[in-house]
Amino acid sequence: MSKLVGVKHLTVKYGVHLVLDEVNFDIEKGDYIGLVGANGSGKTTLVKALLNLIPINSGEISYANPQITKGYLPQLAISSDGLFPAEVHEIVGTGLLSKKKIPKILRKPDLVQIDQILERLGILDLKHKKIGSLSGGQQQRVLLARAMVDKPDILIMDEPTSALDPRVREEFYQLIGEINTVDGTTVVLVSHDLGSIQKYARKMLVIDREVVFFDTVDKFSTTLGGRHFHIHEEGHR
Amino acid sequence: MDMILEIFKYEFMQRAVIVGVLIAISSAMLGVFLVLKKYSMIGDGLAHVSFASVAIALLLNTSPLYLSIPIVIVASLFILRLNEHTKLSGDAAIGLVSSFSVALGVLITSVSTGFNVDLFSYLFGSILTIGESDVILSFGLAAIVVTFIIIFYNDLFAITHDESFASVMGVNTKMMNALIATLTAITIVLGIRVVGTMLISSMIIFPTVTALQFSRSFKASIIIATVISVLSVVTGVIISYILNFPSGATIVMINAIFFFMAYLVRRFK
Repeated sequence: MSKLVGVKHLTVKYGVHLVLDEVNFDIEKGDYIGLVGANGSGKTTLVKALLNLIPINSGEISYANPQITKGYLPQLAISSDGLFPAEVHEIVGTGLLSKKKIPKILRKPDLVQIDQILERLGILDLKHKKIGSLSGGQQQRVLLARAMVDKPDILIMDEPTSALDPRVREEFYQLIGEINTVDGTTVVLVSHDLGSIQKYARKMLVIDREVVFFDTVDKFSTTLGGRHFHIHEEGHR
Repeated sequence: MDMILEIFKYEFMQRAVIVGVLIAISSAMLGVFLVLKKYSMIGDGLAHVSFASVAIALLLNTSPLYLSIPIVIVASLFILRLNEHTKLSGDAAIGLVSSFSVALGVLITSVSTGFNVDLFSYLFGSILTIGESDVILSFGLAAIVVTFIIIFYNDLFAITHDESFASVMGVNTKMMNALIATLTAITIVLGIRVVGTMLISSMIIFPTVTALQFSRSFKASIIIATVISVLSVVTGVIISYILNFPSGATIVMINAIFFFMAYLVRRFK
């Protein structure tokens, strides 16, 4: 296993408030890491730092090489704006922008790539549908297609299932598992849902401002987990 | 028909239609991004800043147009920064800048004596005040807006739909937002000559909201909004001439009629 991302002494503050304190861990190629922690433990901040969306105060996040491509699946806010004018293929197309130079035009091979990912995720029939007209599960698949279309080396997901009903959630986890094992895509998945993480992820990273636990899932004990987040309240939202 | 042909014999009417159409194109195209990014009221806010800058220009006895453009651009970028760097939401940031500017404009007007400018023409627009320089500036503006949107179309769509994701994809979101803010500022200053301070935000909002009633794709929205905007200006100017109505208000009314028709079609489809 080779190292894909190294996080060393990462510290992030919001004003005077310390959100992440001396966080250290490595992500290896092919990992499936479940990132868990209570509300306010710094999970989303860590994700944003990994994606270079927020400035860090000290420490470093180093990717093994600059060509590593990132796929990002944000927390699903079911498009409340039903009027937002965007068809599914337009949204998935934005996932191809990182490799483009100005003017960033999507050409034939790009359109083929969009069709392929839609087909793979079983939503090719939604290609020309307006995003606001889709169900939560369908919208989430569209956003997953957007994250996956460029065949990223690492897929980072922030609570991707929190707005989905249990059946759709299960399907979703199976899909992610397949992306990890079949494609070899490295996966970092943030979740409240400890049960699913234990079931599907191979490693677990528990944070509470600092790293509390980082090892394979089978080494994780629920007693430790219970101290750091309230499984009964938040396990099944 | 003769009446319509007669309209275009007058040079001031030709200028009005040309500037009106060019502003219609710029404001509708930018409007799609502004409305969807929840910056709808920026037109109103910047128009108020423009009111203050006109007051300053008249006090200093310089050309309102050339002083307004830089001042309004700065205000537009300032609204963007307020929104990015403080936790202020877009509408609150616009509200602050807007009311401050009106207050400043009123204070300047009250201390400077001998104002003999027709304030009405700045509040509600007057196509009679449109000059050669407006034609050149609005032509340049429309050319830049259209080119900018074509070249950066995918980046602009990405930041409008999901700014964080666009940023992960390497889109320079700060630069795109700053460019939109700058072009919007120039559009507002030039557009005020046509429809006035009070009504300019309608040129940003109406065509987009009308297009949103029935367009599914983003590309279609931009095209439909632009066509509606141009149609509204041309028919508005012609009708205002025939019926002797104020042109700005007539343009807004036509826009409103388009919106209601689109809304009804969507509701009862």
